[in-house]
Amino acid sequence: MSKNWPLFEVFVRSKNGLEHRHCGSLHAADATMALQNARDVYTRRSEGVSIWVVESKNITASNPEHSEEFFEPAADKIYRHPTFYDLPDEVKHM
Amino acid sequence: MQDDKIKKLEERFEARIAADEKIEPRDWMPEKYRKTHIRQMSQHAHSEIVGMLPEGNWISRAPSLRRKVALLAKVQDEAGHGLYLYSACETLGISREELFEQLHTGKAKYSSIFNYPTLTWADMGAIGWLVDGAAIINQVPLCSTSYGPYARAMVRVCKEESFHQRQGFEIMMTLANGSPEQKEMAQDALNRWWWPSLMMLGPTDAESVHTAQSMKWKLKRKTNDELRQQFIDQTVPQADLLGLTIPDPELKWNEERGHYDFGPIDWDEFWQVVKGHGPCNKERLGARVKAWEEGQWVRDAAVAYAEKQSNERSLKREETVIQSKAS
Repeated sequence: MSKNWPLFEVFVRSKNGLEHRHCGSLHAADATMALQNARDVYTRRSEGVSIWVVESKNITASNPEHSEEFFEPAADKIYRHPTFYDLPDEVKHM
Repeated sequence: MQDDKIKKLEERFEARIAADEKIEPRDWMPEKYRKTHIRQMSQHAHSEIVGMLPEGNWISRAPSLRRKVALLAKVQDEAGHGLYLYSACETLGISREELFEQLHTGKAKYSSIFNYPTLTWADMGAIGWLVDGAAIINQVPLCSTSYGPYARAMVRVCKEESFHQRQGFEIMMTLANGSPEQKEMAQDALNRWWWPSLMMLGPTDAESVHTAQSMKWKLKRKTNDELRQQFIDQTVPQADLLGLTIPDPELKWNEERGHYDFGPIDWDEFWQVVKGHGPCNKERLGARVKAWEEGQWVRDAAVAYAEKQSNERSLKREETVIQSKAS
């Protein structure tokens, strides 16, 4: 029985000036092959100028079940937003 | 207690979907949601993969280079669509091997339409025009389905699909405006593909066991009968434009309904094909399994090469470390 190809996540930069964005995953024998396959699978119509691939097992993700305690601390810190501060109307742009 | 907890989770889950929130892979989901999605998404992926076979048949016999590159690109897109969908499906915790296993053993289904033979070049036109046309009607609503990875894959698929239909229509147009023999070829293809295309949109609502649940999960946004009517309404004027006749004597515009009425569909034929007794079921699955098995050595060689490269890299790293220590 032969080994299965590992799973890679694919990130594509659509043009310079924009960030790489996750667009899906694929299986490949190694990273070099994953890049070539990613080009054929995800950029057949010039959707990208740069590709990152990373083996899926190397990604650490937050757990949605802990989303509340993980993300909620930011919710009550409204003083981090510009609209929290009262300014007179005469100050037009700030 | 456990049941209470699950019930609460389920209520929250249904509320999220009702509020048009997306469900992402690591979110809690009812087991039935997961299973239903694996079934539908894998069927969809399998259809793309098996769907390459009837067309692959004609790549080497395309009548011109223009037609050949277009068909090749279309078939390549279908491979791509299958891969988007398999990878989206795997986010639900099923492996690619299991998915292939289900396809190869006949446990999983794929679209019944691909079990019909492609007898002439005109079939490439009819498939693009009708089969891809019906697929688009089926797929566009899926771009807003509740499962995030599926919806995103469908956005990409739909963007690419419209070229498929246009290239098919162009083939039909060229044949329909050609010699009497060519026009007859186009008509013959329409005759053979019309009814299977209508069947492809699935059993009637009364017979469709999954519709109600799937509508609730937004895995389906229109019923099979609604999609079918939409397909017919859209396609009849196109056939008129081609000067071809749709093989249904009962087809007639119904002013009152604002839709075309159409004749009865032979559902016995549909179920026969679904159950494996279509004209090409064995041939299609056989070709797929053969390709997979005969490609085994290539996959093995790729793994062996990757391992060798990786070993050589670590060997080099060790050498560099030893050298730098020595100096």
